[in-house]
Amino acid sequence: MQTQVEAQVQTSAPLLHVKGLRQWFELRKFVFARAGYVKAVDGVSFDLPRGEALALVGESGSGKTTLARTVLGLYKPTDGDVVFEGMHLKDLNFRQMRQYRSDLGYIQQDPYGALPPFLSVRSILAEPMRINGIRNKAEQDRRIKEVLEEVRLIPHTDFVHKFPHMLSGGQQQRIVIARAMVLQPKLVAADEPVSMLDASVRVEILRLLRKIQEMHNLAVIYITHDLSTVRYFSERIFIMYAAKTVEKAETESLLEHHFHPYTQALLAAIPDPDPENAKKFRDIPPGEPPSLVNPPPGCRFHPRCPECIKGLCDVEEPPEFMPIEGHSVECWLYKEGGP
Amino acid sequence: MPAKLLQVKDLYLHFKTQKGTVQAVDGVSVDMDRDDALAVIGESGCGKTSFIRAILRLLPRNVETYKGQVILEDTDIMKLSEDRFRTHVRWVRISMVAQAAMNALNPVLRVGDQVSEPLVVHQGLNKKEALAQAAEVFRMVGVAPDFLSRYAFELSGGMRQRAILAMALITKPDLVVLDEPTSALDMLTQANIMNVLKGIKRDLHQSFIFITHDVATTSELADRGVVMYAGHIVEITSAEQFFLNPFHPYSQKLMASVPTLKERKELEFIPGQPPSLLNPPTGCRFADRCHRRFEDCDQEPPMFALEDGRQVKCWLYK
Repeated sequence: MQTQVEAQVQTSAPLLHVKGLRQWFELRKFVFARAGYVKAVDGVSFDLPRGEALALVGESGSGKTTLARTVLGLYKPTDGDVVFEGMHLKDLNFRQMRQYRSDLGYIQQDPYGALPPFLSVRSILAEPMRINGIRNKAEQDRRIKEVLEEVRLIPHTDFVHKFPHMLSGGQQQRIVIARAMVLQPKLVAADEPVSMLDASVRVEILRLLRKIQEMHNLAVIYITHDLSTVRYFSERIFIMYAAKTVEKAETESLLEHHFHPYTQALLAAIPDPDPENAKKFRDIPPGEPPSLVNPPPGCRFHPRCPECIKGLCDVEEPPEFMPIEGHSVECWLYKEGGP
Repeated sequence: MPAKLLQVKDLYLHFKTQKGTVQAVDGVSVDMDRDDALAVIGESGCGKTSFIRAILRLLPRNVETYKGQVILEDTDIMKLSEDRFRTHVRWVRISMVAQAAMNALNPVLRVGDQVSEPLVVHQGLNKKEALAQAAEVFRMVGVAPDFLSRYAFELSGGMRQRAILAMALITKPDLVVLDEPTSALDMLTQANIMNVLKGIKRDLHQSFIFITHDVATTSELADRGVVMYAGHIVEITSAEQFFLNPFHPYSQKLMASVPTLKERKELEFIPGQPPSLLNPPTGCRFADRCHRRFEDCDQEPPMFALEDGRQVKCWLYK
C-alpha cells in the first residue's frame, strides 16, 4: 500500500544518487610497487528514482558490472558519492551497511554458478533472512512461500526441498530472483539475468522481473550487452564505453536518435531476424575497446570514431551535452553552436 | 545433375548414461548442395552439437547407437575406417570450428604454428610453405600476417576467433562446420566475424553448416534454416521462408520470442521446457508445449515435404 506521504517522498528525491563515481583498481608489481590503475569506472553520475528500470549497456570490460557492484557496496569507491535515500554510502558504519545491503538485491549472471549446489532451495532463501535477523522459522516459511509464488514456482512445496541441480536453467534463475527479493529490497541490480538462458525462456524471465518491479515499485539496474531486449524492459538506457557513460537517455529517445557514434555503431551491429541481412555487410568501426590502464586522451572512442575531429576529440575529454531535453551525450559533435 | 555435397540419411546418435539412454540425435535426415549455408537452430540440449559431431565422427566413449548414412558427394563416410576418415575426410574435406575453441588455443605454441599444422599433417608441406599459406588465409579473415608469430594470449577474443576460423579454412575443405561461432564475443566483434564469414561465402563459395541459438545472428549468413527440437529436425526451409513465415508451431513460437530492435512487437515465450531426451514422449515431441495440439499429435508425425521445397514434421501439414 502506498500512502500519500510515500508518494511525495518519491517525487522529491531520487532513491539513488550517484555523482562523479570512480572505481579504480590498483595494479601492483612485485607485491609492493604500484604499477598503475585499472580505471574500471571513471566519473559516472546519475539519479535513479523509485520504480524505474535503468539499463546499462556496453561491451565486456566497459565497466557495467563494476558500476553496479560499487553501488551495491561490494567495493569501496575510489572517488565520488553514492547516496541512497539521503544516506552517504561512505559514512555508513558496519551495522548501517548491513541494513543498506538488505535494501538491495543482486541477481547474478550465471544461475548455475550463483546457487550453492549443496544447499536446498529453502536454505538458499532462508540465508539472507537469517543473516538479517529474521530467525523465526514460521516467518521465514511465510516469506519463502510468498517469494516462490511471486516468481511463479507453484506450488512452492514442490521446490523448497529441491537442490539446484534438480532444476532447469529457467527455474534456477527464478530461485536467484527469489533470493534477491526475499528481503523486500528497494533496488535490485540484475547482471545479465538472461544471457545464459535459451531464447524461449528469456522473455519469460524478463517479463517476470518486470512484473515484480511494478508490483513492488522497485528500482532496477539492468546490466546487459543485448540492446534488443532493453527496448522491452527498461525506461532509460545508459551506453557505457571504456568506463564512461557516453550516452544517457530514455529508451525510446535513444533508439530514435542515438547521437554518439559508438551508440550508432552498436545499433548498426545488432541484427534483427531478416533474410535481407545475408546480402549486406555491416559497417563496423575498426579496432577494439582501449585498455583501461592507459585509456587514450580526449574522447576514449576517438581512435575508432569515423567522425573524429583532429585537435579536439584526441585532446580534450568531451563534457556532457544535451541535444534534446533529457538526452545527454558525451561527444563534441553536439556542442552548442557546432564543434 | 551433380551429386549433392552432403546427404545425411536417418542418422541416429544415442548415448549411454547412468540414468539410461539419451537419444541426442534421433533419425535425422537433411541434404545440402555446394555454396549452401545451413543454419541449425534450436535451444540448448536439442541435439545440435551432437548432430554435427556425428557428421565429423567426433564422438565420446559412451556412444550406444550410431547409425545411418552420411554421404559426402559419393562416399558414405560412416563406412570408412577411422584411419581413412582421419586422413581423407576430417580437416581435409570437412573442418570444424568447435564451440569456444578460441579459448582452447595452445598457450605455449605460436598461433601460426597451430594454424598451419593441418597443412603439415595432411599435405606434408614443410613448415615454411605452410606458414606462407597461413599468412594468406590470415589476410582473408582480416588478421595481419605478423600475428602468426604471436602467442594466443597476445590476441583479443575476436582475433583468436579469426585464427580458429583460419585453421578451419586452411586446407580449403568442401564444408566448414561452425558451432556457435560468435556466441562468446562482444556485439561489434560478432558483427565483424559475421562480415568475415559473409565475405568468404561470397568470394570462395564456401559451404557452411553452422549452429546457433541466436536466431537474429542466423539471418546474417543462412541460406536455409534447419530447426531442431528434442533430437529431431522439425523443419527445413529456405531462410526467407523461415524468418518471414515459419510453419512448424515450434519455429513460429521461437521466432515470436526474438526481441527486435528496429520495431516493437509483442514478445512471446514458450511455456514449459523441452522434454528429457532420456524418455522422450511418444508422438510429437513438441505436443506438450504446442498451442495447436490435436488428436493426431499422439502419433509421431513423419517429415512432410511441401510443394515449395519446405519440409515440416507436423501433422498440421498432412
